[in-house]
Amino acid sequence: MMITETVLKYSTLAIQRPDDLLYGVSPLPLACGLGLTIGAGQVFPEVNFTLPAMNIESGTWPVVVAHYDEMASQILRRAVSLGVHGIVLEFELLPPMTDHPVWGAEITAVLKRHLATAHEKYHLPCALRVTPTDIRDQQKPPLMRTGEPWRQLKQSLELCAKAGADILSIESIGGKEVHDQALMYGDFSGIVFALGVLAPRDMSWLWAQIGQICAAHPGVVSGGDSACGFANTAMQLAHQKMLPEVLAAVVRAMSAVRSLSAFEQGAVGPSKDCAYEGPILKAITGRPIAMEGKSASCAHFSPVGNIAAAMCDLWSNESVQNVRLLSGNAPEAYTELLAYDCRLMNTAACAPGGALQLRNWMVASDEWLSPQAAVLSPDAIIRIAAAIVATDTPYHRVIAAGQAAVQVLKDGVAEQKLHLSRKELQWLARIDEALERFPAEEDALLVDLEAQYGSLYDKASYGL
Amino acid sequence: MALSKELFDAILNGDAKRAHAATETALAEGAEPMQLIADSMVPAMDEVGKLFEAEEYFVPELLLAGRAMKSAMELIKPLLVASGQKMAVRVIIGTVKGDLHDIGKNIVASMLEGSGFEVIDLGADVSPEAFVAAVKERQPHIVCMSALLTVTMPAMKTTIDALSKAGVRTQVKVLLGGAPVTSQYAKEIGADGYSENANGAVGLVKSLLAVA
Repeated sequence: MMITETVLKYSTLAIQRPDDLLYGVSPLPLACGLGLTIGAGQVFPEVNFTLPAMNIESGTWPVVVAHYDEMASQILRRAVSLGVHGIVLEFELLPPMTDHPVWGAEITAVLKRHLATAHEKYHLPCALRVTPTDIRDQQKPPLMRTGEPWRQLKQSLELCAKAGADILSIESIGGKEVHDQALMYGDFSGIVFALGVLAPRDMSWLWAQIGQICAAHPGVVSGGDSACGFANTAMQLAHQKMLPEVLAAVVRAMSAVRSLSAFEQGAVGPSKDCAYEGPILKAITGRPIAMEGKSASCAHFSPVGNIAAAMCDLWSNESVQNVRLLSGNAPEAYTELLAYDCRLMNTAACAPGGALQLRNWMVASDEWLSPQAAVLSPDAIIRIAAAIVATDTPYHRVIAAGQAAVQVLKDGVAEQKLHLSRKELQWLARIDEALERFPAEEDALLVDLEAQYGSLYDKASYGL
Repeated sequence: MALSKELFDAILNGDAKRAHAATETALAEGAEPMQLIADSMVPAMDEVGKLFEAEEYFVPELLLAGRAMKSAMELIKPLLVASGQKMAVRVIIGTVKGDLHDIGKNIVASMLEGSGFEVIDLGADVSPEAFVAAVKERQPHIVCMSALLTVTMPAMKTTIDALSKAGVRTQVKVLLGGAPVTSQYAKEIGADGYSENANGAVGLVKSLLAVA
């Protein structure tokens, strides 16, 4: 079957008004898993969990399986105790589990058994999201469409689908080999090239493949991706004062274009929890999204702890290790945190105007304290999403998203709501200027950047 | 006062072309290569480090300064080699086995290179055997290891054990970094140092080897 390079189909917004961008509600809810419907009025916890520090190898494999068995059992016990109305478990494979596809499938089956039991015994609506590791960057330059890593990844997706995954996701890395270097050097040409040319091409190809795998396994849905390797890298480097926050904020907005490619190839959501660009995807596609924020502090810092919840359909903890705490093991403790977060959101949504009011408080509590939060307000989301759908190629969309994000930040500064340091202001001006200077077509950019980045990526991997 | 103010400013401002041209001019005017390094290049990178510590510079400014330093070194290195003088310190760096995350390691590598060290980057997912082979072959002073995943941290210990078993552990200082790694963990597994950020890693290399 022919796989198209890039199929664009979104030219309008599914959600036009900021006030219609609410948590728990999506224009196109998703029924999946065992009786779960996401985006139909309630927010559900999505619990993500991982191993403590240990080697993963044949000799330790029984211990690995025992950890996952224990985590699923304890998470679901706590969820049932708290009367959650639904739950998603996410299994993010670690690299050796994707390298050995049968290992990932074995854990998938273990987790699905626990969910099936909870559904049968307690009528708990639930689903299992499985996210193999994108291991295609094992050689330099990475081969995205051929070679052993891709073969293993594809087999991992297939075996996990067969073993009981309800939702397939991935945090894909196409374009990252260029983006990493461009980000480190603050080179906006390289950033736009990675996010607007390479990444969407890889996403389109990869998500068409994932769509085919889902089609071959009835009941398995093609979830969504995350710009984790791009925008979350920028977010963490900004947190460490290594990059300007304004750069991370603009990269976040621009990264939505590559994440949108999954939906353009048939993904139906929920997008990945660490895709903080999710609200932009929700505004454009109307599909439900997962988000993470304050209750993911076990995994990493973010300056968007409350605002990230404002428009979510699943609320996640990102990743927590199976270590002992006073109240039990960490995964079940974080299940409790998420359950209470969701209970509050769902209770507020029962009152007339309650969801909007709570959403506005969550937005207001973060919005102007960080540029990265400022680009995630419902107003900003609609502005950025509208800019994306107003243009017609990923390259132009990335530039448009960047310009819209810059304008959001400039307006915040002008209105004295957003306070930036002198250095941050200099960078904002630099980014603004850089976005004005791009050639009209991506081919010209490709030529311009050949000397600088040509050796870092494999052209055939991107259909170039 | 820097021997070449032009070179000092070029590095401080991350201008590689200007740094290259300033070095050419200074050498043509008879400046001693080692003196250029000591009087203009090292002070410029020290100033860059201070600006980073003061949060006046971000990593891009730091790396561009490193790139400018490197472009100047391209002219100076052959002269040092010809006169029998050696680069001060050689560093081997890699992300440990099972871990594909390498941006943190890349930043450290670039900053070390920018600070005048010879850096051999082994890449990501580097096996203990590959670290050992590189140490035997390249005879570095320092081995830097990075891990982002908690489940790949044990590979740091495996690598240190492999260096010991191969009889080369005492020849090198081993430094660790990466989000889940701690100073305590570094001590526990027998590393010589830990840094939580890239600039700290450069300082640590300098202090461990008492490099000015």
